[in-house]
Amino acid sequence: MGNKTIVLGVIGADVHAVGLRVLDYALSSAGFDVVNIGVLSSQEDFIKAAIESGAKAILVSSLYGHAELDCRGFKEKLIEAGLDDILLYIGGNLGIGQKNWEEVEKRFKELGFHRVYPPKTMPDEVIRDLKKDLGLE
Amino acid sequence: MLSIFFDIGSTFTKAVAIDLNRDEIIGKAKSPSTVNEDVRIGIKKVLDDIYAQTGLKIDDFELKKASSSAAGGLKIVAVGLVPDLTAEAAKKAALGAGGKVLKTYSFELTESDIQEIESLKPDIIILAGGTDGGNRYYPLVNAKRLAKTSLSVPVIFAGNKDIRDEVKKIFEEEKKEIHITENVMPEYNVLNIKPVQEIIREIFLKRIIYAKGLDKAQSIIGQFVMPTPLAVLKSLEVFAKKYGESILIDIGGATTDVCSVSEGSPKKPGVVLKGLPEPFVKRTVEGDLGVRVSALFLLESIGKNSLEKFFNNVDHIEEKIKFLSENTSYLPQNDEDLYLDYVLSYFAAKIAVERHVGFLEVIYSPLGVIYFQHGKDLTEVKNVLATGGPLINNPYRKEILKACIYSKEDPFILKPKEPSFYLDKEYILYAVGLLSEFMEDRALNLLERYLLGVEANYEYKK
Repeated sequence: MGNKTIVLGVIGADVHAVGLRVLDYALSSAGFDVVNIGVLSSQEDFIKAAIESGAKAILVSSLYGHAELDCRGFKEKLIEAGLDDILLYIGGNLGIGQKNWEEVEKRFKELGFHRVYPPKTMPDEVIRDLKKDLGLE
Repeated sequence: MLSIFFDIGSTFTKAVAIDLNRDEIIGKAKSPSTVNEDVRIGIKKVLDDIYAQTGLKIDDFELKKASSSAAGGLKIVAVGLVPDLTAEAAKKAALGAGGKVLKTYSFELTESDIQEIESLKPDIIILAGGTDGGNRYYPLVNAKRLAKTSLSVPVIFAGNKDIRDEVKKIFEEEKKEIHITENVMPEYNVLNIKPVQEIIREIFLKRIIYAKGLDKAQSIIGQFVMPTPLAVLKSLEVFAKKYGESILIDIGGATTDVCSVSEGSPKKPGVVLKGLPEPFVKRTVEGDLGVRVSALFLLESIGKNSLEKFFNNVDHIEEKIKFLSENTSYLPQNDEDLYLDYVLSYFAAKIAVERHVGFLEVIYSPLGVIYFQHGKDLTEVKNVLATGGPLINNPYRKEILKACIYSKEDPFILKPKEPSFYLDKEYILYAVGLLSEFMEDRALNLLERYLLGVEANYEYKK
């Protein structure tokens, strides 16, 4: 572990576990040390795991359409916890309907996420971005 | 084989002589502890008493073992990083080793924290923080601060393995005793407390015994093998091995202890486990729940309103509770005293068990109702062992023990639903625990004879 440690989990009251397992597998295979905190995770769960594990990035997954509500105030809490510099990604089914992706992406960037991924994103794309953002290339 | 077991407690020095060929108690004695002058004075009185009962001298006993909770018990300070992760893991490890956790600290130790630790005068400090490969900053800063205190107590480092060598150097440069062991939380939410507990016991045997002046007794009464709370915990483990998942409650003057030997996994579908995993053998100690030394704190936790259900004149009762907190060796003289002890013990047991067991949190999600389980579900535990003077000697004990049972009024607190109770009337659990490491089958026999067989046992069925 070290500068390849990332925290991965599904936020809120969402129980969708399959995508999370796929991501865990893909990221681990790509050489990342994955701290998978599972489904039904609160903002606090992500923060606590990131502090103890010294993680460099937090990857939030959400499928049930309530991500925006679940992620409000997350960035502020991270700053409060001294994790100002941690990378923050989110992906999944981020808004019910999701007619206008630019609009959805903008909202989540405003919430403090560095990268926002629409449905059907392949793990390879995330891994590429992560390596770039963490300076591992 | 003739055996004798000692418990050098903070208040009393106790001994029990057992004929292991017949699994029978042949003598019992109790005298005030004299740890502050010379521990041997109290021991001599106890041995004289045993001689009067059995005609046996100390050298007649083939097996001699002792436990101790003298001089305030095994006092431990736990330092971790996140309060409910590594700090909690360090605390759990200390309690399970029979320690008394004076205080738990998290994040960075400040100057005032250090001063407080110095004034608490612990016997051992556990320093944790960071998963393996995880956070280095906090455990390193805390190591530096702890190495510079005025205390000369052993420190156990059980944090991020990556900084072990650095931590070792920091303490060695200050000429402080440091023990390095495995991380209490090597990965996120993985509990690993056994290695720390083994070191705690080692330090207890090699160092604490001497620091507390107990070593003088060893030539007479045999070796101190463990702290008393650990001996009691071991007796519960022996019992649970044969009779299944079990709980122990020990109501005392200063603290109320609860131990459980149980997985505590969810018993209903649709329940999701949250938080740090619980150890299979779990011990909690409530320093604010006791019926003498901590009676005033207990009163605070009970609240006046709850007392009004039991007494007409609550102000008078408050005066009496204050009296008890100042006269800690006071024994009940009449029914009024016994009734008050019953009420205090009832609430000490109720609150202590409720803090020990897990609880359910109801989440209304877009996908329906979800239950989060925090801690252990002990609703299906069938056995409760009960010990402690205020409980054993009180005629209302049956009422006191009801405090341990699941209540429909608090449906989300996961206390046992239909337990059977077994009273430690002879106060032998510590002896059983001491014996269990040498002769587990004999230890079990004693439990069966003196706990299972007594008529004071109750079964509650709905």
